[in-house]
Amino acid sequence: MKTLKIALALLFISFIAPAAADQLLMFRAPQSYPEAMSALQAAISARGYKTTRVQNIDVGITKTGHTIDYYKVLFYGKPDEVAHISREHPELIPYLPLNIVMFAEDTDTVVVTNRPGMLADFFPDPELKPMFMRWEKDLVEIFDEVREAR
Amino acid sequence: MPLRFAAILILSWLSIMPSYAAPDGATLYARHCAACHGEDGEGGIGVPLSLPSFQATIDEDYLHRSIRFGRPGRVMPAFTHFSEQEVDAIVKHVRGWNHSPAVKYPRTPVKGDARNGRQLYAKYCASCHGENGGGGKGTGITLPRPRVTAIVAPALNNPGFLASATDTMIKATLRKGREGTPMPSHSKQAFKEKEINDLVSFIRSYARSPKAESATLIYTESATLTVDSPYDMKTTIENIKRAVGSNNYIFIREQPLSYGLTPEGQEDPQQHIIYFCNFNQMNEAITTDPRVGLFLPCRITVVEQDGKVKMMAVNPKRLSSIFNNSDLNEMCDEMTKRYMAIMEEATL
Repeated sequence: MKTLKIALALLFISFIAPAAADQLLMFRAPQSYPEAMSALQAAISARGYKTTRVQNIDVGITKTGHTIDYYKVLFYGKPDEVAHISREHPELIPYLPLNIVMFAEDTDTVVVTNRPGMLADFFPDPELKPMFMRWEKDLVEIFDEVREAR
Repeated sequence: MPLRFAAILILSWLSIMPSYAAPDGATLYARHCAACHGEDGEGGIGVPLSLPSFQATIDEDYLHRSIRFGRPGRVMPAFTHFSEQEVDAIVKHVRGWNHSPAVKYPRTPVKGDARNGRQLYAKYCASCHGENGGGGKGTGITLPRPRVTAIVAPALNNPGFLASATDTMIKATLRKGREGTPMPSHSKQAFKEKEINDLVSFIRSYARSPKAESATLIYTESATLTVDSPYDMKTTIENIKRAVGSNNYIFIREQPLSYGLTPEGQEDPQQHIIYFCNFNQMNEAITTDPRVGLFLPCRITVVEQDGKVKMMAVNPKRLSSIFNNSDLNEMCDEMTKRYMAIMEEATL
């Protein structure tokens, strides 16, 4: 009987569909919001990417009568890469330029983006995978640099 | 001579040791866990892991399984890509905050009357954990207001929770409560042992129920939405702007895809992004889960290739699963429909 219960328990565990895998990169920056934004842009630039624009989501939301703290989306990319991908792999265009969300929560600054490696599931072309993995490696470094800056 | 050879061998082995070094639990925790659980385990979006009353009622197995299975549909992802050593290192780091004697819960089931447990649950637990065990609402981020509670009540019907917590652990938690959170000690509330057993049996019975809605995510294949336009680039862009308005969105801006990447005036004129927004909808989305900014603002890219014009957008329905938050299911499904409605209207 005991063996049967253990077997049933193991069977139950084997059937559990795990939660969606860890597909976001996210951290709390130790700096104030403006400092964290500057540090993020500097870290992005140091790895050869260009910040194309910062969308002030907070401004639009505040204008319509809602209350919100800092909330911005930063778009970035490498000029040659974006030109190459949009020409050779137009299916990726809606995901370009890449973006990072940065918002204030209480006294913290939260930085979040999707793992570029996740795009390999969306677009399983083997030619693209090394690029996605390179983006992910760069992003981990960028996030580590901003997170560890005190 | 053999001794010298052995010494060289040992030194060579030691020199390559770093590449085989044990994973650093603190670094892994900082990268993957701290954003939700706090740098020092103080909580926020996730459970306050360093809370003494939490540490006192869990064992390492519970942490290990929670990391592996996550909580489907409840923000906490499954860290399936970690090696066993990496999970062990994170567990060890988290257990570094424990100052109570370490416990190890047996996996023996607790026997009780689940029917009576159901009644007790409805009276004493449902107000926080939800009528059907679906837990408290929200991600725990109280953007933009100060936090009022350190923790969202866990979903007891979640398959990840049920796979992680043993009956004996649930029983210990009911008895001791979690001081520092709204979870009271049922022993102090004069619950008899039998009643606590009944509650445990009822909670365990969720494992035999159909999968909870709060643990369900939507999945779809296509990562992008694409609609061919019968018009030229300029007309298509104007049509999108008009369709945006008739679908209750506000046009924000139009820019080349390569804006900011190439010098002004040298951008590719055959790739344009149209940004638009419904601020009430955006506010609702951010309030539900502030991470959804990755979708924002709404955008459709118009591309002309080989004389053909296409409208393209991300598929929110496909992206929704990356947040592991079932509260976003309906919103993302709706967004996909609206994107399609705008693009299809632009072809008319």
